[in-house]
Amino acid sequence: MTALLERETAPDEARQPVRGGITGTLFKVVLLGLVAGIAVWAAFPLIADGAWLGLAILLATTAGLFYLYLTPRHVPLKYLVPGTLFLVVFQLFPVLYTAATAFTNFGDGHRGDKQDAVVAIQTSSVIRVPGSIEYALTVATTGDPATGPLTFLVTDPATRTVSAGTLDGLEPLPAGAATVNASGRVTAAAGYTVLNGGQASARSQEITDLAVPTAGGAIRSQGLSRAYEGKAARAYDAVCDCIRDTATGKTWAADEEIGAFVAADGERLAQGWRVGVGLSNFTRLLSDSAISGPFATTLVWNLFFAIASTGGTFVLGLACALAMHTPRMRGRGVYRLLLVLPYAMPSFAMLLVWRDMFNTDFGLINNLFGLEVDWFGTPGAARVAVILVQLWLGYPYMFLVATGALQAIPAELSEASRLDGASPWQSLRQVTLPLLMIALTPLLISSFAYNFNNFNAIYLTTEGAPFPVDNPLNGATDLLITYTYRLAFGGSGAQYGFAAAVSIFIFLIVAIISIVSFRRTRAQEEVYS
Amino acid sequence: MSRWISRVGWRHGVAVLAVLFSLFPIVFVVSAALNPQGTLSSTTAIPTGASTVNFSNLLHQTQFTTWFGNSVLIAGVSAAASVFLSALAAYAFSRMRFHGRRVGLMALLLIQMFPQFLAIVAIFLMFSRITDLWPAIGFNQSWGLILLYLGGALGVNTWLMKGFFDTVPRELDESATMDGASHAQTFFRILLPLVAPILAVTGLLAFIGTINEFLIANVFLTDSDAKTLSVGMWGLVAGERNNNFGMFCAATLLTAIPTVLVFQFLQRFIVNGLTSGAVKG
Repeated sequence: MTALLERETAPDEARQPVRGGITGTLFKVVLLGLVAGIAVWAAFPLIADGAWLGLAILLATTAGLFYLYLTPRHVPLKYLVPGTLFLVVFQLFPVLYTAATAFTNFGDGHRGDKQDAVVAIQTSSVIRVPGSIEYALTVATTGDPATGPLTFLVTDPATRTVSAGTLDGLEPLPAGAATVNASGRVTAAAGYTVLNGGQASARSQEITDLAVPTAGGAIRSQGLSRAYEGKAARAYDAVCDCIRDTATGKTWAADEEIGAFVAADGERLAQGWRVGVGLSNFTRLLSDSAISGPFATTLVWNLFFAIASTGGTFVLGLACALAMHTPRMRGRGVYRLLLVLPYAMPSFAMLLVWRDMFNTDFGLINNLFGLEVDWFGTPGAARVAVILVQLWLGYPYMFLVATGALQAIPAELSEASRLDGASPWQSLRQVTLPLLMIALTPLLISSFAYNFNNFNAIYLTTEGAPFPVDNPLNGATDLLITYTYRLAFGGSGAQYGFAAAVSIFIFLIVAIISIVSFRRTRAQEEVYS
Repeated sequence: MSRWISRVGWRHGVAVLAVLFSLFPIVFVVSAALNPQGTLSSTTAIPTGASTVNFSNLLHQTQFTTWFGNSVLIAGVSAAASVFLSALAAYAFSRMRFHGRRVGLMALLLIQMFPQFLAIVAIFLMFSRITDLWPAIGFNQSWGLILLYLGGALGVNTWLMKGFFDTVPRELDESATMDGASHAQTFFRILLPLVAPILAVTGLLAFIGTINEFLIANVFLTDSDAKTLSVGMWGLVAGERNNNFGMFCAATLLTAIPTVLVFQFLQRFIVNGLTSGAVKG
């Protein structure tokens, strides 16, 4: 410790670049050159797009990196920054963004800003007016024919020019980019996959719903080969800050509190926008009895599931690792390989296979052991089943990390304890285990946190079943996260804001449990030293 | 004999039991993959017939080989890169003292406790923008997904490595420093070779984690050319569960091959006593 501190401030530290030797210097030059190259490559699209804030961040990051790796100071940062950079951009930022949505009404009907809502209301109210242009329509996509984003390729009957229409509006295609047949329909276009009749009719609902906004209204499809331009029946009026129906004269005034247009009689238009709602998502979680009631039951089972999965896999894995931790044993390599095979199998696939093995009628488990258990039909059996599956999936991991940690413990220690007359059990309890726990406690806590939110474990096996007769929302094997998923994404459409609030709640529970258990273990000794 | 049992024999007993527990569902998968009818309802525990029809269907009727290549590339590159990033950070946490060290270690554990699937909405919005700006690292690109996975490079693996680094005697670094080595030389030439076992273990864990990742990959990869194994295979049984079961199991077995190979390749680094005897007591 003190030696390190002295080293940090030692005068010869200033001659660091010289100490690194020629290879190190060369390595540094190549890497920094690479950073500069990437920065230049990344900067051009930002400049073209006019994203000045992004450009400023990019420049500052690059300059910071150059400073950090050219100065002899800040040695710890040199090692921490590469990983932290990725962590901040791809993990911390999404998580903070998600947490921020917990205070909004983000979700279906409240996705974009007010302007988006106005455009959506206007385009969806398009009605056909007599004498409007009728286009020849070809439905295409830029991605997969079954799931890619839809594009309307429309041919103007007068000029024969082809334009591509999406949710963002109409863009004329460059001349020669599309092939048009005699009837005016596009048969091929560069960069687009044209949907054939079968593919298009499979997505007919999406095609019907797509409205391409234009200056005076929108282009909508009529069947799969015709499109027309219609006028919006409803328009936004800036004077009263409301939506006015041109036919009936009814108005819906903007309500900034709830992010929606509301009429005097209380009617709300479905297309709203995102607004901050303060803590109302959290109060709903605590005061809505349909949500808060079963929460406690689920929480208890969730805790049990996480502890049983983590503890069970750890005990099993450690026992196997200890059993094979001796050079005297023949065939260790073969045993290890066979034992970790469950871990080598793709877990998402094996979860589905296990679900079939627990099938009551022709499942392998019942056939093999001559049982008649309705595994996923009774709460107790279903809970045993999902934990058993977790044991099978997880114990090879614990075996591997325990094996790795055992290698790190000098053999001299157990040899010494044996010479001092300790039994193998004593030397395990007094010497090996405490040392192992220092390395493994963080892993156990992390495994606990992972299992606490182990979405796949439940979603791919029981999907939360069995459900009580009176409560279709809250199954016996549901974890908080699958339960939240059903509440937030299932049935009544996406409610990201509310789901994010529940996530924060879950996060707090897990974090508090983890921190407390951390405090109570002696694994902190090393950290505090 | 009894001495053999008390010293080594019981170990074989434990190992055999563990292997049996590990293998029986896998035998079922093998049996389903070899089952000529290829349906779930006709599959038994012990293979009834041996035919390769499921495998040939898989290779000819689906884009399995493309998915396989994508998965191996993505998992291989992100595992190697995340082990390297993790090792750098673990070195700092283990060997240096600086402000925010304890908080940083705690933060690494805590950030991973946030329910990941909800961040998917944010990730989707973020990558929509990235795809507009830099299509090369956007949706449906292996490199984009690799970058995204590297966001999780620092985490529990860093803890695992730090724990291992802590067990390497500090006298080694100190004597290297006395001999005039820079901190980078100490790290690359002295420490990294000594911690090879933990690098191998974390590399394997990262590889497996990436191969199995489904939720994010499913949002990220929509082109069938870009799909990974988990996304592609999900599509196999999403609709035709019973009929495609044989094909699905065949795919499951083939998916396990890269992982087993990686394990075999890394096993040689997981050997005993690398650090013992490095320091004269």
